[in-house]
Amino acid sequence: MFSPSHFTAVLLFGLFASTVFGITQRETPQRMFRYGLYCFCLFVGSAIVLSWVMYLIAR
Amino acid sequence: MSSTPNKPVPAAPAQHGFVFLPLIAGWLIPGAGHFLLRKWGRGALLAISIVCMFAIGLAMQGKLYANAHDILEMLSLLGDLGSGLLYVVGRVMGLGPDSAQLTVADWGTRFIVVAGLLNVISAVDAHNIRTGRKS
Repeated sequence: MFSPSHFTAVLLFGLFASTVFGITQRETPQRMFRYGLYCFCLFVGSAIVLSWVMYLIAR
Repeated sequence: MSSTPNKPVPAAPAQHGFVFLPLIAGWLIPGAGHFLLRKWGRGALLAISIVCMFAIGLAMQGKLYANAHDILEMLSLLGDLGSGLLYVVGRVMGLGPDSAQLTVADWGTRFIVVAGLLNVISAVDAHNIRTGRKS
């Protein structure tokens, strides 16, 4: 059984989802790459921010 | 008063065949819609992303929904069906447990559902390329 950490799961999820978003939502390869990178940063960044918010709420 | 002549609009390249073929092929097999339209790079990246996400979900002991008892299960089943033949093969081979017991298995279930939804997005993208809405 593959049992990644929560953060690794977020990285994998963000990588695959942002790849599909980038290819399907933009027209040119350069804009696809930039939009995919933007989505990936949003996925990972929002996960980190929400994790800290939940940590501070739980204290 | 001078009038500028209208430039003739270049005709779109003629495409023959069933217009919904890339949509259906892309739904059944991830990336196949783009392959039919000779978008090899895009199709390969989409296929790798969706198949890997589905396979990782199964490797995490994610659940494949077979029936729906409430609205959330119905939505998850619809997401699973978006994977097309991947879902059918998974069900026929009996992959995935009946219920997700571990936290990791719950994440795996979400991976499988989202892989199906991403496959629907990529199939619609192939249809948009086929109809000329996107290049």
